[in-house]
Amino acid sequence: MNTLPQELRYTTTHEWVRIENDTATIGITEHAQSLLGDLVFVDLPALKKGLAVGDDAAVVESVKAAADVYSPVDGEVIAVNTDLNDKPELINQEPYGAGWLFKVKLVGELPLSLLSAADYGAMLDEE
Amino acid sequence: MGKRTILYDTHVAMGAKMVDFAGFDMPLHYGSQIEEHHQVRRHAGIFDVSHMVVVDVLGAGARDYLRYILANDVDKMAHRGSALYSCMLNEQGTVIDDLIVYFIDSQHYRIVLNAGSAQKDLQWMEQHVNHYALGLHRRDDLSILAVQGPETIALLTTLNDPFITDTIHTIARFQCADSDDLFIARTGYTGEDGFELIVSNKRVEALWQSVCAAGFKPCGLGARDTLRLEAGYNLYGQDMDESTSPLCSNLAWTIALQPAERLFIGKSALLAEKELGVTQQLVGLVLADKGILRSHQRVLLADGLEGITTSGSFAPTLGQSIAFARIPKGNYKECEVIIRDKAHKAHIVKPPFVPFNSSKNP
Repeated sequence: MNTLPQELRYTTTHEWVRIENDTATIGITEHAQSLLGDLVFVDLPALKKGLAVGDDAAVVESVKAAADVYSPVDGEVIAVNTDLNDKPELINQEPYGAGWLFKVKLVGELPLSLLSAADYGAMLDEE
Repeated sequence: MGKRTILYDTHVAMGAKMVDFAGFDMPLHYGSQIEEHHQVRRHAGIFDVSHMVVVDVLGAGARDYLRYILANDVDKMAHRGSALYSCMLNEQGTVIDDLIVYFIDSQHYRIVLNAGSAQKDLQWMEQHVNHYALGLHRRDDLSILAVQGPETIALLTTLNDPFITDTIHTIARFQCADSDDLFIARTGYTGEDGFELIVSNKRVEALWQSVCAAGFKPCGLGARDTLRLEAGYNLYGQDMDESTSPLCSNLAWTIALQPAERLFIGKSALLAEKELGVTQQLVGLVLADKGILRSHQRVLLADGLEGITTSGSFAPTLGQSIAFARIPKGNYKECEVIIRDKAHKAHIVKPPFVPFNSSKNP
């Protein structure tokens, strides 16, 4: 079992969120990249796009399949990881680091649906 | 739990990610599907394809029977030890399955069927034995390994097995040879030179291990799919099935309409279709934009007509996305493909996307 970064929050749809002040950095989890296999294309959101919890925010495509990435938070897109356009494999290699997808300037409260590392880990164990 | 090949435990021990394919738990990859793809294009890989079904057709009526149930003509095989690709059609001239038939001797032909259609194929084949003097023997005692890639012959030679060494240096493409418990054919589904080894279940584990020790890397069905797509090979169930004719599936070359006196199942339907005019074609698409083509995406043509993709993926050798698409007949060069509600430009090409044996013919 992989150890989950304790400082991150997670979703039931396998996104992770790093909260720093009013900014959230979002990516997909180690578990998600492992299910998808080799990633070959990433469709990132437009800058300044407004996102609500659960909105389609990005698409990650592996050789095998395409997967939607849903926004785990409410806010506005302020940065996208353009390195992924040429190197989508960064998501496979460093899902919690260089493989981040986009950053959102948070609006309002954090949603209650976000999971702690312990809760997300428990969910994976049940799968 | 799905069905398992003899090598199931070996795959798991080698780190394979297993997936369901046609009711079998099969290796998707052993770490990276893309690396396995490159391994076969540049070096050599080994696949367990024992989910596929071997059927021996034995008896004096084998030749006549096969000339009746197959759309290609086994008489194209002039010599024993030859192989032929064919479709098996129904009376409507649509595709029940595609297969390879091997001519072993005048009373022994061997057929390899797709796993997902083997049961209905066998039913169909039994149903048409009629007066032909033959027996159909499903060989569940056999396993199939595919060894593919430009270094295949060099690496297999290091096994120091006299029969293997002699055979691989002797037989040409689409030829085969057999010994007591090993059948070797120079065929494959990757677009690279290589062999398919049909071996007794008792020996397959030892053969797999020795071939891996010789330098072949294990490769999963994921790489097999991207390799076959680049090579322009159809996949049954996606690119053609019982709703499509071989004439609109890029398979007209496999339909032997001559000699005229040979009757085969589906022939009259195909002749009628030709008479009326074939209305569709299966073409290759290369995506000009970024993105990934998948099956079942809409294809828009400049004249307002439409088609649909049947297989699509990222092509690791090309670094871009490719697909097969069934579109109306016509001399089209460009199209648009709808990916998640957005139109993307694609070029229309004639497969293969990657020429056969590409690393040796750059």
